[in-house]
Amino acid sequence: MISIKNLHASIGDKEILRGINLEVKAGEIHAIMGPNGSGKSTLSSVLAGREDYDVTEGEVTFNGKNLLDLSTEDRAREGLFLAFQYPIEIPGVSNINFLRTALNEIRAYHGQEEMAAKDFLALVKEKSKLVELDAKLASRSVNEGFSGGEKKRNEIFQMAMLNPKLAILDETDSGLDIDALRIVATGVNKLKSKDNATIVITHYQRLLDYIVPDFVHILYKGRIVKSGGKELALEMEAKGYDEIKKEFEIAD
Amino acid sequence: MSLVADNKSAVTQTLLDQLQSKSSKVAFMPDAEIISAIRYLEDKGIPNNKHEDYKYCNIEAVLRKEFKSVEQAFNELTNSDIAPLKIDEAINLVVVNGVYSEELSEKMIVKGLTVKSLNELSSTEKALLCSQAKSDTDALIALNTTFSANGLFLQIDKNNIIPMPLHVIYVNSGSANIVTNTRSFINVQANAQATLIESFYNIGSAKVFSNFVGEKFVGENAKLTCHTFQNEGALSYSVNTNQVKINKYSNYSNTTMTLSGELVRNNHNVVLADSNCEAHLNGLFISSGTQQIDNHTLIDHQMPHCESNELYKGIAKDKSAGTFNGKIFVRKDAQKTNAYQSSKNILMSDDATINTKPQLEIYADDVKCSHGTSTGKIDTEALFYLKARGIGEESARKLLLQAFAQELIDKIEIPSLQERVLHLFEKAL
Ligand SMILES: Nc1ncnc2c1ncn2[C@@H]1O[C@H](COP(=O)(O)OP(=O)(O)OP(=O)(O)O)[C@@H](O)[C@H]1O
Ligand SMILES: [Mg+2]
Repeated sequence: MISIKNLHASIGDKEILRGINLEVKAGEIHAIMGPNGSGKSTLSSVLAGREDYDVTEGEVTFNGKNLLDLSTEDRAREGLFLAFQYPIEIPGVSNINFLRTALNEIRAYHGQEEMAAKDFLALVKEKSKLVELDAKLASRSVNEGFSGGEKKRNEIFQMAMLNPKLAILDETDSGLDIDALRIVATGVNKLKSKDNATIVITHYQRLLDYIVPDFVHILYKGRIVKSGGKELALEMEAKGYDEIKKEFEIAD
Repeated sequence: MSLVADNKSAVTQTLLDQLQSKSSKVAFMPDAEIISAIRYLEDKGIPNNKHEDYKYCNIEAVLRKEFKSVEQAFNELTNSDIAPLKIDEAINLVVVNGVYSEELSEKMIVKGLTVKSLNELSSTEKALLCSQAKSDTDALIALNTTFSANGLFLQIDKNNIIPMPLHVIYVNSGSANIVTNTRSFINVQANAQATLIESFYNIGSAKVFSNFVGEKFVGENAKLTCHTFQNEGALSYSVNTNQVKINKYSNYSNTTMTLSGELVRNNHNVVLADSNCEAHLNGLFISSGTQQIDNHTLIDHQMPHCESNELYKGIAKDKSAGTFNGKIFVRKDAQKTNAYQSSKNILMSDDATINTKPQLEIYADDVKCSHGTSTGKIDTEALFYLKARGIGEESARKLLLQAFAQELIDKIEIPSLQERVLHLFEKAL
C-alpha cells in the first residue's frame, strides 16, 4: 500500500522528520504513538502534501506511484485520506456541496461519471448513520461552529464518503467523549477491508482497545525508534516515554 | 464664452468646452444650481490624486488619457439591444446615454407609480431637484448638473406598495468616445414601498465616461430596497454618485454588485435625517486586469435612534485595485445610534491592491459604533483542506471565493438578478 523510505522533512532550516521508514500493507492497521512534538502530525501532513514542508531526502511509494510527485489533490484522488488533528472551519462552504465536489472530482480522475444526486444523497444518509452524525450537520458549513467532537466525527464521515485506500487518522480520538469514541471507532472498523489500510496516530490505549492495531510504532524526534505488536502500546501506556527518551536523546 | 475663466485645469477646460459645444442647454435644472456648479468647476476643476477623496482614483488623469476628444457620437438603441438586459419579473425602464426612453421602457399602469422625464416635472417636483445633490459639494455632481441629460423621474405616491421590482436599465452606447451625464430622481413618499434595481451597461466598441448622479428620497415610514448592478465592461469609466436622504421610521437599503468596468467609482452618501430610521449599504466587487473599483460611502446620522449597517467585500485579481472608504458621522443629536461597518477583501495576486479606510466622526456620547477591515490572501489552510479531499486547486479556490461572496449574493432577493450576478461572478473567478 505505502512504503516510506528514509523520509526527511524540514520546515525552514529545522529538520523535523529525520529518516522515517514505514511499510504498510493492504488490510493492516498501524498505530503511531510518541511524545508531543515528535513529528507525528508532520509525517501525516507531508504524506498528504502540505507545501509548508520541504522533503529533503527519501522516497514514498503509494500503490506503485511516487507519492511525492503528486499534488495534494491527486494524492487524495489516488486514495490517501488524512483525518486532521485540527479540522478547520470553512464558513460559507456547505458540507454537502464540499463532499459532492470532492467525490465527483475523485470519480472524474478515475474516469467515472458524476454521481446522480439521488445516489449521492442516499450515500450521505447511509454514511452519516455510520458515525451517527446529525443530518443537520451535513448541511451546515464545513465544521463551522461544530464542537470539537463533532469536527472529529465529521472527519470520519468524510472518510466514509470518500472510501480511501489508506486513511491516516491523526488523533481522531482526542476531544471525543466516551460514547463518541466508541461510535467513531466502530465506524472505522466497519470501513475496514482487506483492500484498505489505516494508520492511527494516538496517545491513548483506549482507542486501540477498539481499533486493534497489527503494528505499533513509536515516533521520537522525527524517527521511528521502536516497533512492535499491539502489546507495545500497552507497555508505553504503563511506562511512559522516559526510557525511550533516554535511549534516543539526540543533541539538537 | 469659456466656462472656465481662469484656467484652473486644462483638462477641465477642454472637457467643458467640448461638452458645451456638443450638448443642448439643460432647461430643467434650477438656474442657481447651474451657476453654482460652474463656479465650483472653475474653482476646483476635475479631481485628481491630490484631492483627498480621489487619492486612488485620478479622474482627471482618466479624462486626459482616454477622453482627450469627446465626440458625443451617441448611438440609438432598439428593443433588441435592450431585450437581453431586461429582468423578467420587473417593470423595465430604459435610460439611453442619460436620456429616459419612454419608447424602450415597458408601459404598465401601476397604482401610485409615476415615471417621467426630468423635463416634464411640475414646479413642485422641480424644486426637489438638486436638493440632495448640491453642486457645490463635488465636482462630478457639478459636472452632472451642468450637462445633465434628460433623465428619469420616478415617484411612488404615499401609501402605495409597488408589487413588482422596478428595473432601471442605464445603458450607454457611442460610436466614438462619449461622456454621459445621467441623472435620476427617485422619490418614495410616506408609507410607500418599492424595490428598485439599477443596472449599468455599456453597449458597443467606444469608450464611455459615465457620470451618474442619482438622488433618492425615502419618506416617513417608507421603504426602498435597492440593487445596483454594474457590468459596464472594459471600455467603461464611470462615477456613480448616489445622494440619499431618508426620513423618520424609514428603511433604505442598497446592495451594489460590481462585475466589470475599467474604472468604477461609487459614491454612496446617505443622510439619516430624522429619528428611528435605518440604512443598509452592501457591496461586492470582483476585479481583474488593470481595473479599479472604488466604493466610497458616507453615512450621516443626524438624529437619535437610528441604525446603519455596511458590509463591503472585494476580490482583486491580477493588477487590479480597489478602495473602500467609509465615513460615518454621528452628529451631536444622534444619541442611541447603532452604526456598524465592515470591509473584507481578498487579494488574488501579489500585484493586486485594496485600500480600506474607515473614518468615524462621533459627536454624540451614547452610541454604539464599530468598524472592521481585513485584506488578505485566500486562506491557505482552507485551500489545503479542500485539496486534501481530492478537490483541484481551481475548484477549491472557486469554492472559497464563492463562500466569501455568498452572504452578499444572498442579499439579492430577486431570483433572476441573483442568477445573473452568480453567473457573471463565477465567470469572473
Ligand atoms: N509550521 C511549523 N513551523 C515551525 N515548527 C513546526 C511547524 N510545524 C511543526 N513544527 C514543529 O515540528 C515538531 C513536530 O510537530 P508535530 O505537530 O509533527 O508533532 P506531533 O508529534 O504531532 O505532536 P502532538 O502529539 O502534540 O500532536 C514540533 O516541534 C513543532 O513545533
Ligand atoms: Mg500532532
